[in-house]
Amino acid sequence: MTELVARIAGVGLLGPGLKDWPSARAMLAGHTPFAPEPTIVPVAERLPPAERRRVGRIVRLALGVGMQATQGAGVDPTTLVSVFSSSGGDGQNCHEICQALAQDDRQLSPTRFHNSVHNAAAGYWSIATGATAPSNALCAFDASFASGLLEAVTLVSLDRTPVLLVAYDAEYPPPLNQKRYIADAFGVAFVLTPPIDGTSSSVRIRVAISDRPGGALSDPQLEHLRTSIPAARSLPLLVQLARQVPGRVGVDYLDGRSLEIEVL
Amino acid sequence: MSPLLLSHYTAVSCIGRGKEATLASLREQRTGLRPCTFETVTLDTCTGEVDGVDEQRLPKALSHFDCRNNRLAQLGLHEDGFAEEVRRSAARWGARRVGVFLGTSTSGILQTELAYRRISPADGSLPDDFDYVGTHNSFSAADFVRQALQLEGPAVVVSSACSSSAKVFGSARRMIAADLIDAAVVGGVDSLCLTTLYGFHALQLTSRRPCRPFDLQRDGISISEAAAFALLERMPQSADPGAVLLLGVGESSDAYHMSSPHPEGLGARAAMVAALEAASLEPGDIDYVNLHGTGTATNDSAESRAVRAVFGTSTPGSSTKGATGHALGAAGALEAVICSLGLQNDFMPGGVNTTHLDPALGIDYLLENRRGPLRRVLSNSFGFGGTNCSLVLGRAG
Repeated sequence: MTELVARIAGVGLLGPGLKDWPSARAMLAGHTPFAPEPTIVPVAERLPPAERRRVGRIVRLALGVGMQATQGAGVDPTTLVSVFSSSGGDGQNCHEICQALAQDDRQLSPTRFHNSVHNAAAGYWSIATGATAPSNALCAFDASFASGLLEAVTLVSLDRTPVLLVAYDAEYPPPLNQKRYIADAFGVAFVLTPPIDGTSSSVRIRVAISDRPGGALSDPQLEHLRTSIPAARSLPLLVQLARQVPGRVGVDYLDGRSLEIEVL
Repeated sequence: MSPLLLSHYTAVSCIGRGKEATLASLREQRTGLRPCTFETVTLDTCTGEVDGVDEQRLPKALSHFDCRNNRLAQLGLHEDGFAEEVRRSAARWGARRVGVFLGTSTSGILQTELAYRRISPADGSLPDDFDYVGTHNSFSAADFVRQALQLEGPAVVVSSACSSSAKVFGSARRMIAADLIDAAVVGGVDSLCLTTLYGFHALQLTSRRPCRPFDLQRDGISISEAAAFALLERMPQSADPGAVLLLGVGESSDAYHMSSPHPEGLGARAAMVAALEAASLEPGDIDYVNLHGTGTATNDSAESRAVRAVFGTSTPGSSTKGATGHALGAAGALEAVICSLGLQNDFMPGGVNTTHLDPALGIDYLLENRRGPLRRVLSNSFGFGGTNCSLVLGRAG
């Protein structure tokens, strides 16, 4: 079996009370108390003005964490292969479309329609950065983060190429939120690269599918966050990385199984 | 990349259920496109609706998945004994060693569209019988197929608009190469819904007539639906002569515009070149190109530039969307199935509906069926967001 190992070159993070990776680190490591407050999603500065006006909160979320991770890694996003994974895509946009289609005249805005594709964030990312490399857009319901990570580390390991992984979800508006509750916006991004021999300072992860269930977090507020936004299923990994110690964590995958991640 | 065996495949579309019916329609150059009568839609356009979808009943244990998209998926799984072949494969490799990688653009969104008509005036709530997870969520398509086939391997939906079910071949290929699985059900399922019909209409991209790819008078797409599946397996010691192989997958992004292709077709060109490189082939090794060929002015123009840049002007090609319509997230897999039928029957389908080729497009676009030995073919799928994927398929022996 191919060993699925990747080096983490950069991290991006936005969520309730989590403004970016450097500032969230102390909180996630338990050094300072975690204080959840509504997620602040930045403006998509890199997009041309016309596109900037057209994008919703969830696309800005995905672009925001992607930018954080690539800047943190000091890599040029134009050449990066990317994997975008989201459980629910743009619920607000979907709501607007379904509402318009329930009216007699069924007038849809063209922009709303092209924004409805699940790969909208991936498309806007490539427009914002000029990235012409392959980009994927995945969904696996609550296993979307784990599935995205599996796809990304497989790409890194097989194609020996750096990959940007972006997992992101945002709240659904009413009435959709009665059927699918997502607490707030949460986005996480990793720049993953093939491991470099002889550099012990960089953090590497080894990934495998495990029969064990994904791990819960001891901090009740973080645990609540983990279960209330699909992309926040990444928190066990983020907490382990924030602690800056080697260890093994599980993130929720399919059928009550997990993706086991060894932080090396 | 190492070739993979495409051991079984099938498709259901508006031109037929299963391989035999699909091949017969292509041979007769029949179109499945008709004036749209879908649901309550009042648009002046043609669609490729699959008959008998509504009559499908899902097994009781899977009833929470009930929606047009999953009914269509079930129709597809039962054609050509596909589900049986997958069961045989799972028995051989183990259920955990068979993955599911499906493309869909809209999954069961029709269910949500219908539910929004029944929002309670009293409290604004959605009807109790609306099941988000089983129908609306994009993953529903893969989840349903995985459970219907009792598979336990990795599963994911690729939802990258109209390249979705071509890109699944790439994801499955990597999982097999990484030895996480030995086989994968790949494919695409997309069904008619109001979002795509009214959405493409709003973009003024739908034709009133059955679409005419590469025609001088082409004026838009015809939306259709399809379920197409293939079973990809690790290569055996020796593949049977005539077996279909996945030889290459190439992907790229336009980085240009959300709903228009790069005018020079740069992304399309990069995907084709990458697919050829993955297959270790030269452009001259390709006998036929199944074009994305949607029938819009800009798409066909951009694609023709890309094809000319890679292949020159003499490699035969055609779009089969005049026959099948544009099945969006299922188009890539449907056209992979059509290419596989071509490879196994020495058959290149002529484009349907097209009568006056646009001379500006300048490629050898087939208007009539052509017979001839086919060894290797390339299939293009491009989508909104500037996502591109090309597949290279070949025949063993």
